[in-house]
Amino acid sequence: MHSVWQKRLQTLRYVVGENPLSLAAFLLFAAFVLLALVGPAIAPFDALASNVGAPLSPPSLAHWFGTDSLGRDILSRVIIATRLDLGIAVAAVGISCILGGLAGAFAGYFGGWTDRIVGRLSDTIMAFPLFVLAMGIVAALGNTVANIVIATAIINLPFYIRVARAESGVLRNAGFVEAARLAGNGEVRLLFHHIIPNILPPMTVQISLNMGWAILNAAGLSFIGLGVRPPDAEWGIMVAEGAQYIVSGEWWIALFPGAVLMLAVFCFNLLGDSLRDLVDPRRRT
Amino acid sequence: MLTTILKRLLGAIPNLIGVVVVTFLLTRALPGDPAAFFAGGAGTAEAVEEIRKKLGLDKSLPEQFIVYVRDLARGDWGMSHATGQPVLTELTTRLPASLELTLAALLLAVIIAIPLGILAATRPGSWVDHLCRGIATAGVSLPTFFTGLLLAYIFYFLLGWAPAPLGRLDPYLSAPPLVTGFYLIDSLIARDFPVFVGALKQLILPTITLALFVLAPLARMTRASMLGVLSADFIRTARASGLAPRTVLFSYAFRNALLPVMTTLGMVFSFLLGSNVLVEKVFAWPGIGSFAIEALVASDYAPVQGFVLSMALLYVLLNLSIDIAYGFVDPRMKIEN
Amino acid sequence: MSALLEIDKLSLEFRTRSGIVRALENVSLQLPEGGSLGLVGESGSGKSVLSFAVLGIQDAAATITGGTIRFAGTDLLADGGSAMKTMRGRELAMIFQNPRVALNPIRQVGRQIEDVLLRHTALRGAAARARAIECLADVRIPDPERRYSAYPFELSGGMCQRVMIAIALACKPRLLIADEPTTGLDVTTQAAIMRLIRDLGREKGMATLLITHDLGLARDFCDKLAVMHAGHIVEVGPTETLFRTPAHPYTAQLVRATPVGQERLENLASIPGNLPDLRRGDLPPCRFSERCELRSPACATPLPNLVVSPGHLVGCHHPQARSSP
Ligand SMILES: Nc1ncnc2c1ncn2[C@@H]1O[C@H](COP(=O)(O)OP(=O)(O)OP(=O)(O)O)[C@@H](O)[C@H]1O
Ligand SMILES: [Mg+2]
Repeated sequence: MHSVWQKRLQTLRYVVGENPLSLAAFLLFAAFVLLALVGPAIAPFDALASNVGAPLSPPSLAHWFGTDSLGRDILSRVIIATRLDLGIAVAAVGISCILGGLAGAFAGYFGGWTDRIVGRLSDTIMAFPLFVLAMGIVAALGNTVANIVIATAIINLPFYIRVARAESGVLRNAGFVEAARLAGNGEVRLLFHHIIPNILPPMTVQISLNMGWAILNAAGLSFIGLGVRPPDAEWGIMVAEGAQYIVSGEWWIALFPGAVLMLAVFCFNLLGDSLRDLVDPRRRT
Repeated sequence: MLTTILKRLLGAIPNLIGVVVVTFLLTRALPGDPAAFFAGGAGTAEAVEEIRKKLGLDKSLPEQFIVYVRDLARGDWGMSHATGQPVLTELTTRLPASLELTLAALLLAVIIAIPLGILAATRPGSWVDHLCRGIATAGVSLPTFFTGLLLAYIFYFLLGWAPAPLGRLDPYLSAPPLVTGFYLIDSLIARDFPVFVGALKQLILPTITLALFVLAPLARMTRASMLGVLSADFIRTARASGLAPRTVLFSYAFRNALLPVMTTLGMVFSFLLGSNVLVEKVFAWPGIGSFAIEALVASDYAPVQGFVLSMALLYVLLNLSIDIAYGFVDPRMKIEN
Repeated sequence: MSALLEIDKLSLEFRTRSGIVRALENVSLQLPEGGSLGLVGESGSGKSVLSFAVLGIQDAAATITGGTIRFAGTDLLADGGSAMKTMRGRELAMIFQNPRVALNPIRQVGRQIEDVLLRHTALRGAAARARAIECLADVRIPDPERRYSAYPFELSGGMCQRVMIAIALACKPRLLIADEPTTGLDVTTQAAIMRLIRDLGREKGMATLLITHDLGLARDFCDKLAVMHAGHIVEVGPTETLFRTPAHPYTAQLVRATPVGQERLENLASIPGNLPDLRRGDLPPCRFSERCELRSPACATPLPNLVVSPGHLVGCHHPQARSSP
């Protein structure tokens, strides 16, 4: 076990050394996590307070990212929003990974009708354009942040189901599982002690690949007015608030939250790519 | 060939059923009591009960489902409260606007992504290759609504090259007589070139916005599958028999590389239809996406559900056509299943 | 007498991330018009790399660092291989192992033959199609008209190999390189394919370079043998001479490892050790020396090229002069 991690560490060094972008992405990721944790403490102004500066004033020394139409400080709002945006994505991906992973592992391991039901479920979700399905779910369940999380989790499910199902389908017949089976372990025990621990690495890769997409989806939903309600700070809704000012030249209101959102997604996507190289070097492209 | 198509059609039926069941469940999951909602805030208990009967909500769920399907089949997709029109009419009049935008974006993305992917694969390690990889990662990181705004700011506000991001046509131009619903085509049919140019100008920015987003997965897939095919044994055979490099690249390598690209097209369409909604909002595009958003904001649910259903049906249809096209390109599909 | 194919001191390297692979070093070979030469050696010894270099279809990472390849008097490497471009597929042709994956999976096999005809001959349209069907008939494919429009996945491995031979022979080349043409085929099909290659070679006066690690096959089929080890040709000579009096210790071991007649597999010797890593900077002059029982300090000096008997050459400091009765 020890040497496996040493090897991973070596590969990590190799991947990072090979691609300086991975290092940048990792630092950026750390910065975003930090912002999400201590954001409220380091934001220069109260993110919800109006008129902390003159309305619609462009970036200045006092307000690095400028102010919006209500005179709120955009930098503070962008910082505060980190927690909400990442929180939604993490919660959604977490739910999706656990439920999808379990369903997929059961389907792949037991096959038969379990497999057919899970497969049907995943196919049905995939039969929708995913963002549109998310819209429909939020519309049906009600316009709240919790429902955004649920909708994002649902549209992510098929990806985790697929990974877990494929992996456990292969592992089912692997030598060490056979050995454990012959040693008299029950099927459920096998599943939880031998199969699931071994599908964790590919699941981790899937998580990091999905994270950026989950953020994008959640921000997209709030951009069209779902979930997060106006006084709250969230990147998507901030871009929506700034949209009407773009055509009259007040670019900073939409630009900064949009750019930060883009950066966050980009960072997660890069991280996902490097992580995939790490766990599965064969699939490098 | 006909039997293959028929089999594909049959294969799409479970998905179709799944889609209808899910949309049905979504209509039953309306926040609160739909009957109370439809009765309005001032509805008395009797009025609510009345509406419940009228909507069939007093029946069992399977019965309700049958009624739902029957209504759908009859073209009764409910009414839009905001416009007072049947949802189906609203959707069909707006669909061409969305389709024109989506197809234009897909076309643009394919025109750029496929040559880019091929170039990158034939010159691994070159600048084209790096560009392709950069686009592949950066492209999927773009929030479409943000890139749209950025483009509008640069090309409309700063440079003045593009028209205001407001709809399909300048207000002072009138829409061409309806034939296909695609302004570009209809204006050409009517030989109305000012309208054609006007429509094209309006179309450019939203098209680029959408194309940027779907370009990435297409380019990435083309590159990866081209790389795989180029190192295949049969390419070596083709080169060993002295075929022209162009023949090897296109008739041999590209045709084979197309197959995996076609299978990702389904995912690409999913992205495309989803981002289409966002882009329509940014550019005030009068398609079904912005219609749905307006309805959402007004808590007008029938149009939203109609929108989800129509998008899903469209998507099932697109996937079906990809499947059929795949069968034409790959002879191996005829025998399997 | 000038040979049809003359390879002289050819060296080739692959530049890879993990270092330079010296895949071929000072390789020399001659093949006369109409002759048949077997190139044998264990997996990874560089047989395929050599044949790809002859056709100019080596990997992009490969560079030829020295030597010449002449075909019928023409220098194939001159001008960045421009002469090769017009001759490949017409004067020299090649067939590969694993015929199933060596054909374009989504193109009708007849069309694949036609592609070659369209490229190298003046035939067009119906005439090209008719000729393609003739090619299929030439390789004894039954019902060639119908098979013309078959896809590779609809044919058996043996049929696919016949199609590949048809593609290779479509333009009546003077040299055919067959790179392990029977791997992946069952024994009876193997025999049929080899007989086909031999008969067609004799009919058309075509020279053949047969690459294989099956010495028994090479013995039945070739007048001359070249033995390859780790990018070197260690011994060349007439087939029977090489079998009876192998001079190089590696050849001797290969011969001992080859079943003759009814011999049982477990009686066969295996060759100890592995091929050296061709990326190493300190490869000895004799790349076999590290596996060799006869190694002596002399093996660290440049290799000689000894003539054992006319046409029988060996690159070794300790050739085995032992001749069997
Ligand atoms: N593209 C490449 N890049 C780096 N090294 C290569 C490449 N192609 C071949 N080699 C190396 O060249 C050497 C010779 O390979 P080659 O394929 O010619 O062997 P072979 O004798 O044909 O073996 P086999 O009997 O298995 O076909 C091997 O060590 C291989 O690792
Ligand atoms: Mg080989």
